[in-house]
Amino acid sequence: MMYRVRIEVSLKQGHSDPEGETAAKSLQELGYPVKATHVGKVYTVYLSADSGSEARRITDEMCRKLLANPTKDDYSYALEEV
Amino acid sequence: MKRSEIRVCVLRVGGTNCDAETCRAFTDLGVKAETVHMNDMVESRNLPSYSALVVPGGFSYGDYVRAGAIWAKEISAKLGPELKEYAEGGKPILGICNGFQVLVEAGLLPGFTGISEQPESALGTNVPIGYYCGWVYVRHTSQGNCIFAKSIPMQKVLRMPVAHAEGRFMVTKENESSFLQVLHDNDQLVFRYCNEDGNPANGRHPASPNGAFHDIAGICNPAGNVLGLMPHPERAYYSWQLPDWTRLGNAMDYGDGRLLFESVVRHLKEKNGRL
Repeated sequence: MMYRVRIEVSLKQGHSDPEGETAAKSLQELGYPVKATHVGKVYTVYLSADSGSEARRITDEMCRKLLANPTKDDYSYALEEV
Repeated sequence: MKRSEIRVCVLRVGGTNCDAETCRAFTDLGVKAETVHMNDMVESRNLPSYSALVVPGGFSYGDYVRAGAIWAKEISAKLGPELKEYAEGGKPILGICNGFQVLVEAGLLPGFTGISEQPESALGTNVPIGYYCGWVYVRHTSQGNCIFAKSIPMQKVLRMPVAHAEGRFMVTKENESSFLQVLHDNDQLVFRYCNEDGNPANGRHPASPNGAFHDIAGICNPAGNVLGLMPHPERAYYSWQLPDWTRLGNAMDYGDGRLLFESVVRHLKEKNGRL
């Protein structure tokens, strides 16, 4: 079965996020009531797996091995069969 | 080991830079150094024949995902066992700038309990944000453990350039103090950003070019044979690479970066081929 996984990698809370802070400041200067902005990366991955649980296991492994650095990144994902 | 018997491998992939300058620095010290493409190294599998390995600077694979991450995983996947044996056998490994990012992502640094499966630290986006290219001062803070710093007097302030956008040394927030304690206990803290007079940068730009935790510019592994640093010693090797070289006249032939190369060459020479 083919799955589409939308993986979001974001900075863990507590670490400074200079890109997010810069974007927030710019949005505030444009007059928007923005309190904070957090920047992350989104990966859309297509993968084949025998089941949803297998696809989730593979996704977790990919995140731990490459897409997120556990020192500074959190990750979350949403999975759907396509 | 005679100088002429020492062979240094400067590994490269797409996006690497300063590999030629790194080779030239070693060659100037009378040792053989050559640039080897990653694909050739994987094919030949002759990493063990080299006396030292350098992972140079640059923007390998476009810095995609995170700076150094893709190359680090490639090295782990294709050269993992050889590299493990190489590092654990005490052979010198130097990571400069992108090379530092690679060694961190590959789990060689800080390497508290050997090569870690997942990174134990990170080099995050600079604070203030953006690519920063300029000369900085770093203070040598190791107590003699690191083989790349043995010719550098303790507490000496060195001037070298940096050129990066992701150089902010980071550790997990909840472990900052214990992490620092282990670094101190193992004598792994090698270079810290400072002002010209040697006073700590305290995270203030531009003395600290990236807002690194504890002003960390370079660390080694507990055994002292693997060093990673953000500044570029090969760009501060000759005096004529320094920004004020015309004003310095003939007062000096070399820049501070030479001390790192001299240290490792001297270490290899003294090892007398026992590596």
